[in-house]
Parts: sequence; C-alpha cells; structure tokens
Amino acid sequence: MKRKTIQAVATHAILLITLALVAFPMYYAFVMATHTHQDAYAFPPILSPGRELWNNLKEAWSRVNMETLLKNSLIIAVVVSIGKIIFSILAAFAFTHFRFRGSWFLFPLCMVTQMMPLPVRVIPLYRMMASWGWLNTYRALTIPYFASTTGIILFRQFYLTVPQELADAARVDGTTALQYLWHVLLPLSWTNIAALLVIEFVYMWNEYLWPNIATTAADMRVAQIGLRMLYTSERGAAEWNIIMAGLLIIMLPPLVVLILFRKQFAEGIAMQTTK
Amino acid sequence: MNRFPNYRFLPYWLVMPSIIVIVIFLIFPFAQAINLSFHRVSPFGQLRNVGWRNYVEMFASPEYLFSLRNTVIFSALVIGVGLAVSLCIALLTTQKIRGTAFYQIAFIWTYAMSPIIAGVMWSLIFDPSIGVATRIISGLTGYSINYFTEPVAAFILVTAASVWVMLGYNICFFVAGLQNVPHNLKEAAWIDGASPWQTFWKVTFPLLSPTTAFLVFVNTVYAFFQSFGMIDVVTQGGPNRSTEFLIYKIYRDGFGRMQEGQAAAQSVFLFVIVAIIGAVQIYTSTRKSVYDR
Repeated sequence: MKRKTIQAVATHAILLITLALVAFPMYYAFVMATHTHQDAYAFPPILSPGRELWNNLKEAWSRVNMETLLKNSLIIAVVVSIGKIIFSILAAFAFTHFRFRGSWFLFPLCMVTQMMPLPVRVIPLYRMMASWGWLNTYRALTIPYFASTTGIILFRQFYLTVPQELADAARVDGTTALQYLWHVLLPLSWTNIAALLVIEFVYMWNEYLWPNIATTAADMRVAQIGLRMLYTSERGAAEWNIIMAGLLIIMLPPLVVLILFRKQFAEGIAMQTTK
Repeated sequence: MNRFPNYRFLPYWLVMPSIIVIVIFLIFPFAQAINLSFHRVSPFGQLRNVGWRNYVEMFASPEYLFSLRNTVIFSALVIGVGLAVSLCIALLTTQKIRGTAFYQIAFIWTYAMSPIIAGVMWSLIFDPSIGVATRIISGLTGYSINYFTEPVAAFILVTAASVWVMLGYNICFFVAGLQNVPHNLKEAAWIDGASPWQTFWKVTFPLLSPTTAFLVFVNTVYAFFQSFGMIDVVTQGGPNRSTEFLIYKIYRDGFGRMQEGQAAAQSVFLFVIVAIIGAVQIYTSTRKSVYDR
C-alpha cells in the first residue's frame, strides 16, 4: 500500500512540473502584456504581473485595426465550420445508408483531400482565383475549404454504429430518407458536430498561408496576419508588452471554443481512434 | 449498408457538394500544378514546355537539397521528440491516480494555439536580450545565443515552438488510444510476470500503433505545411536559409522570385512525400490489426 502512495505522489509531482513547464510560455506572454515597455526589459526579469494590461490591450487593439481582423476571422471560421459540418454529414449519410454505383470510387476521392493540403496547389489556385476576380473576397477564403476528410470520417464512423433497426423501422413507417436524416440521425449527432466545430474553428482561425496570399486589402485581412503586423513592426527593441497583449486577444476565441466543447472534442477524437 | 434501397439518385445529390468542391478546388488545381511543373513562365506570362528540366534542376540544386535536408531534420525532431514527450505525459495521465480528468484537460489547450502564436511566444523566450532561455543558457555557459544571426539557435527555436504547439493534440490522441487498450491484456501480461516496462513495449505499444501511425502523419503534415506561418513571421527562412523549409521555399520561389514552374515541381514532389506517408498510415491503421482487435 505504501509503495502505491509513493508512486502516486511521484506521478502527481512529475505531472505538475510538466504542466508548469508547458504553461510557462503562456504565463510569460501574459506577464509581459501587463508591464510597461521599460519594465518588460527590467533586469532581473519581473515574473509577476504588473498593472498595465488594460492600456496594452487598448494600444494593441488600435494599432492593427483589431476589430476588422477579428470580425473577418470570425466570419471565415464560422462559415467554414458550418459548411464543413453540413457537407460532411450529407456525404457520410450517403456512404453509410445507400449502396450506389461509383461509391467505391467516390469515397476514396473524398479521402484524397487529406493528401492534398492547400500549400501543394497554392500557385494554380491563386491564378484561378485571380482570373475569377475572387481575390479579397470571403468566397476565396471559405469555399475552397468546404470539403472535409476529417468530417466525413467522423460522421461515417458514428453512422456505422447506429443500429440498422432504426432505419428499418423508419422505412416501414413510410419515413423518407431525408426525414430520417433530419429527425433521427441529426439529433444523435450533436457530439460529433461539436467535435468537428472545435476542429474546424481552431483550424480556420489559425489558417495563415492562404489568407495571406488571397487577400491584400486591409479590410480583408485576418487575425493571424494582424499578429504578424504587430510583431514585425517592432524589430529591434521589440515592444513585447504590446505584441503579447495583441497575442492574448487573438488566441482567445479558439481557446474559448475548445474549452466550451472540450468533452465533445475528446469524445470525437476517441471515436476517430476506434476504427 | 443499404438501409434505403429505393433511392436511385439521392445518394449522388448527397455527395455532390463535397465532390464539386474537391474537383474544382483540389483535383483541378493539383492537375494544373503537375502541368505547370513541366513548364517555365516567361516574364510576359507565356508558358514554355521544358520537359523534366524543373525536376532535374531541382534535385541538382544545392539550395533545394539543403532545404530538403533541413526539412527532414526538422520533421524528425518534431515527430520524435514531440511524440515521445506526448506519450510519456499521456501514460502518466492514464495511471490509476486521482485527478486524471483534470490533467487530461489541462494539457489539451496548446491545441488551440496557432503556429504563429507559438512562434511569437517562443521568440520571446529566445529573445537575444531579455529571453528567459537566452539568460539561462548564458548563465550556464557564458555564451549568449542569438536566433537572428545563428542558424542553430533559430532551428532550436522553431523546433521547440512546434513540439510545444503540437503537445495538446498528440496527448489527446494518445490518451484516447491508451484508453482503448483492453485492460485484461495488460493484466494477463502482469500475471505472466512481465515487468511494467515489458508490458508497455510488448502489449501497450503494439496495440497503440494505429494511433502512433496517425500521429506521425499529422505531425508530418504539420512540419511540412502548417509550420509555414511560424517561419514566415519569426525567421523568414533565415538565418542563412537554415529554416527555409520546403513549403517556405515553394512560397518564396513561386511568389517572391516568380519562378512558378520550378515552385510547381517542388510542390508536386512535396505531395509525393506526403502521399507516401499517408499511404503508410492508412495501411498501418486498416490492416488486420495487431492481436486482431
């Protein structure tokens, strides 16, 4: 018994130390955001929070037109998440509830998106968007993302576990396939929807390469580009207090979404790993 | 499988949205990239067929090979160090102790951080004048590192930031994978007198191989593609091109240096690498799994 207690204490100790190490970059960033420029460069370094947080947040906010950046990122992240959820549910429903010619070919075609990340096709995509006049529009930042391998797999795994009897009973009652999807499957899918929402919201909020190429207008820029502007305009004696204040604002939305739906996210991941 | 037999066209309508997006925005541009990789673009925008020359020159270019080498080292470090650390943490949080749920949530959050955010946070830690890591290293060795001028320092910075930002995702998947390992198999190993060390390597680790393979793939995609933002913001490929990884070189050649044909050849080769790793992952996770689960 005693050996077990020692083991548990040691495990807790290691975990807490690791946790502190992992959290340190975030804490350090936060501390920086609460000091004046002078205190940020104090020696020895001050590792406790100061009182300048609000002023630094205001300064960062006005310096890069934060309102527009956050609005654009939010629109893109929400629209893409919803688009991917709808497209994936429809495709996963087709692949799990119907036998149709060509599905042997169409299913791998949907899986191929994972293999062709945007960077691999970025040059032709840019030319295409330029010739369509899509640059600097929300269309260019959302529609190319709508197909989702992750989403189709996530919903497919789940729909395969739904008992056959449910569909049989619905059919006998004269329910159409779409009514069954809407009234029976969808209400069962909320965990997966929330999980995919977290995955795609975080992904789109943090997307940088394509928005950076597809937009040039100041009013179409996204939050990640804003962080770059804050950061690179301050080379030399970087104003770390302002940079980190901006960083705190920009990292908050995806963090909130993750924390709100952390349970569904973990369950969704557990479902993905059981094949 | 066929739960609604009386619909001939509905399934096609259902998959159509995804297929249209895939064909227009994935297959088509990718086919164009392949085509472009056999051409050179003149300053006036005209295409000239050059056969395999872009590929031949690519593999003969010392700059490209240097970038390839650095990308491989970077990926190996991100995968090796990142997965080892994540697996250790995941193992600890699935022990029979109190508060496992707390720990599992407490380690998740780096998942929400973007590569750029991680890069900026870690460039503060490695800041040449006030960074904590810089000060600790100079306190221990008397040598003050500077990632603006020293390739190794910049490399360590982006690797550390990448490992850190992937921790949340990796731990989450390892925890899920570990919870799927049937307890009776581990018990059987203990009863047969296996040490915890042996049990882990002979029972747990093989059963975890689909999860590990999946994470190797995801981390490769991260190192090859997602790291772009961090590089563009923190090091711009420098110093001395030491962090000009393949994806960043494609961007530079294609958009900055206006060598679209050459950049397209690079992106096709990049696709081949990722496709091979992806195929290995799919093979590992779909073959009749170890111990026939």
